[in-house]
Amino acid sequence: MNKKPRSLIRIIIPVVLTLVTIALIVWPMLAGGQYVVLDPKGPIGASQRDLIVISTILCAVIIVPVLILSAVIVWRYRDKPDNKAAYEPNWSHSTKAEAIWWTVPIIIIGILAIVTIRYTYVLEPSKPLAHEKAPITIQVSSLDWKWLFMYPEQGIATVNTLNIPADRPVKFELTADSPMNSFWIPQLGGQIYTMSGMAMTLYLQADHEGKYWGSGANFTGEHFGEMRFDVNATSDEDFDKWVAEVKQSSQELTTEGYNALAEPGTSNVAYYSAFPEGLFQNIVTKYVVDGQSAHSKHGTSKEASGAIQNATDTSNQDEDKSAN
Amino acid sequence: MLEGLKEFASEFFVTGDPLIYGAMVAIGITMITIVAVLTYFKKWGWLWRNWLTTVDHKKIGIMYIIASIIMLFRGGVDALMMRLQLAMPNNEFLNPEHYNQVFTTHGTIMILFMAMPFMFGLFNVIVPLQIGARDVAFPFLNALSFWLFFLGAMLFNLSFVIGGSPDAGWLSYPPLSELSHSPGVGQNFYIWGIQISGIGSLATGINFLVTIIKMRAPGMRWMKMPMFTWSVFSTCIIILFAFPILTVTLALLFLDRFAGAHFFTLDLGGNPMMYINLIWMWGHPEVYIVVLPAFGVFSEIVSTFSRKKLFGYKSMVFAMLIISFLSFFTWAHHFFTMGSGADVNAFFAVTTMLIAIPTGVKIFNWLFTMYRGRIRMATPMMWTLAFIPCFIVGGMTGVLLSVAPADFQFHNSYFLIAHFHQVLIGGVVFGYFAGLYYWWPKMFGFQLEEKLGKWAFWTWNIGFYVCFMPQYAVGLMGMTRRLSTYGWDTGWWELNFVSTIGAFLMGVGFLFQVAQIADGIRKYKSLKASADPWDGRTLEWSIPSPAPEYNFAITPRGDDIDEWWEEKERRAKGIYPPEQPLEPIHMPKNSGIPFIMSVFWFIAGFGFVFGWLWMAILGLAGVGICMIARSFSYDTDYYIPVDEIKRTEASLRGSV
Repeated sequence: MNKKPRSLIRIIIPVVLTLVTIALIVWPMLAGGQYVVLDPKGPIGASQRDLIVISTILCAVIIVPVLILSAVIVWRYRDKPDNKAAYEPNWSHSTKAEAIWWTVPIIIIGILAIVTIRYTYVLEPSKPLAHEKAPITIQVSSLDWKWLFMYPEQGIATVNTLNIPADRPVKFELTADSPMNSFWIPQLGGQIYTMSGMAMTLYLQADHEGKYWGSGANFTGEHFGEMRFDVNATSDEDFDKWVAEVKQSSQELTTEGYNALAEPGTSNVAYYSAFPEGLFQNIVTKYVVDGQSAHSKHGTSKEASGAIQNATDTSNQDEDKSAN
Repeated sequence: MLEGLKEFASEFFVTGDPLIYGAMVAIGITMITIVAVLTYFKKWGWLWRNWLTTVDHKKIGIMYIIASIIMLFRGGVDALMMRLQLAMPNNEFLNPEHYNQVFTTHGTIMILFMAMPFMFGLFNVIVPLQIGARDVAFPFLNALSFWLFFLGAMLFNLSFVIGGSPDAGWLSYPPLSELSHSPGVGQNFYIWGIQISGIGSLATGINFLVTIIKMRAPGMRWMKMPMFTWSVFSTCIIILFAFPILTVTLALLFLDRFAGAHFFTLDLGGNPMMYINLIWMWGHPEVYIVVLPAFGVFSEIVSTFSRKKLFGYKSMVFAMLIISFLSFFTWAHHFFTMGSGADVNAFFAVTTMLIAIPTGVKIFNWLFTMYRGRIRMATPMMWTLAFIPCFIVGGMTGVLLSVAPADFQFHNSYFLIAHFHQVLIGGVVFGYFAGLYYWWPKMFGFQLEEKLGKWAFWTWNIGFYVCFMPQYAVGLMGMTRRLSTYGWDTGWWELNFVSTIGAFLMGVGFLFQVAQIADGIRKYKSLKASADPWDGRTLEWSIPSPAPEYNFAITPRGDDIDEWWEEKERRAKGIYPPEQPLEPIHMPKNSGIPFIMSVFWFIAGFGFVFGWLWMAILGLAGVGICMIARSFSYDTDYYIPVDEIKRTEASLRGSV
């Protein structure tokens, strides 16, 4: 009975289906956009890419043989009357075999754990980057549903667009005046949460001039998908030129202006020639009850912001550590 | 008066969306049809006596599975709506608000109202049969657990036509889930739907722990228990520790919303991060809760369909217990990017990776169970074989995600989405399907024909890879989860389009399954199953299909891991067990209280959702009265006489 040749159609159909499936999966992977995570343009992103590659290889060392082994076993021991392979229905234990497959994963995971721990300390986001140039500080606030970037050293601010000098570390200080979001520029390095009530620190650096792509990565409600921004990395001169231009041609961001901006809603790209002093700290502590400050009884009223500022001046020191 | 009523109705019912109008009409028609059919065929009494009041674990299990498949349909429709929206850039099929509701309900339903009840259904149907018991330890509580789950799920499902769906994500992080950002009733539906069914889940966990500890057949020592029972045991340990966390977390969130507390709001000293920690302390173990029983199912199936003893039994047990222990030390890997510092991240990265070790060992053991066996390609085995490569790859991407600094790039991206769908569909859904096909004859007494099942298998599997492989890629291209739309300039559309095709293929696979079951029901008389259709190994295959209400006419012994297989070997050699006299069997009586009490819970929950205290109090009072009524009912059991057992056995076993 088994000598009868398989009908051709029963071979053709699975082969065609397999090929179509593979084509369907592979085509968009090649045709689609750019693999930003695997195409880093800065040291942090590059280390993360390396780590992704290392851990993928380590995992592949074990899973590729296992995948092949499973295919071989299933094929070899399939239930066919003429299957000559051994059949041992009661063979259910082998200390040697089990020792091997407890040990191999332990070793692989052990190596991966060591690599991970090392990189976790090296790539701790609040750790300053070694570079001959001093870092530029940019304060980032996620609002509902836009990004506010403040440049305290330059005294300017932008919304939904970010300019940085290339080849110089950038110290991002991040907070939120809305539900928790996540600040992500894939080509420069991984994301970090922006959270109300605390200031996080993230060091990134762009090695090359260019336009990169950033977004909010943590869901914050209705228009969260529109929290995208471009990152323009330019030369130092161009950056200074841009700052001067913004200073000249834009309006000032006032406290009232900020309060309007913080209202839920989307926003176009905007530039501001100045912003209220201490605005970032005010945003950080906007909803926090500080036992020592007077504003705890006042909720979030504007009048209390002076008190907040006094309170926060003392708490500035733990800004560098990503406090809890 | 009329104006007031109109205003109330427009707030009470969700209006303005044609999709929802369609759903309302469909629900209305379905309800009317059900009522009409039941009335026409005079089936109300039958429904009440045989199903609504039953305490029989097998019927409860079947009800769990039916409910879960209906929920799979609803969660699946949600998924297809999302994929349709994302198929093309700048699509306007769903607006952002609607999209947010859809993914929130999709996640909540699939985990809590599809995976959990499917799992409990399999627990209920199989565990007592595998350990040679007549029922679970607490049959009344078991019925109550089911009805609490069911009415909790109904309460949650009501939200999209009445009051509005929750839209803060399936884990409802504050402040999005607080009054400040979700002033509507959607979040209240979320809290109470889960809370009510969560009580049922916790009770089921306790019930099965006790059942397994106390009700095993004589001779069945711990290390002789079937592997599925072991998996249920380790799952119930996790449930016992994880579900109370969920209950408390949701209770605190409710107090925030209802009583103006500030546990999770920044003003007045609360902390949203506290919620995120708590919800993941439940949420991550929850993943292992749903996947461990699937591992148990695979162990049974691999052994049966390879006609071989399970390889490395002790390793398998040990691996499962380690997983249930380690599952409690992984929650922080859901927020490596929170800035908790390198020490914390390194710790949780390593504890997360460690889980790969016992999981990997299990896969080796399954492979070596097949090694030198004889593998039969029946549908349960096919789903098991599909699971292995799928879970290996999904597990590997999980290990990649656990590498904390690399996770800074994967977190919240479609890479993560692809990973957890791969382990949850490839592990949990495939596993439960395998279990359903495997135990189908035992549950219903007839075999499903395999032809449509194989079509379902292939469309599901091809659809799965077409759907989720592109999502890994689009994640590496920077697409973040929960986006409701994206532009042409992103370069993501091809991947999303193909992913949508895959999702619809999976939908087609589901339809094949429905067709297969419908076809089976139509021809069930000709498809009658024998007691042991797969040449099984464990005790459930020693009794007729479907199992009689008392399960075992004579309490079996469980001296071996594959007791029934050994028994068959002994019988082949002509050694028969000594004839034992039948004795009257002690059984629990049906009770309407679990159903009625759960309806009162539903009423209380509905009252809390809308802030109608009178209704909540009424519901809770009803719950209290039910408890009192139960504590005064003394007539809760009966004996099945020997004659009746003889008659049942003779008719079920036929000529055997």
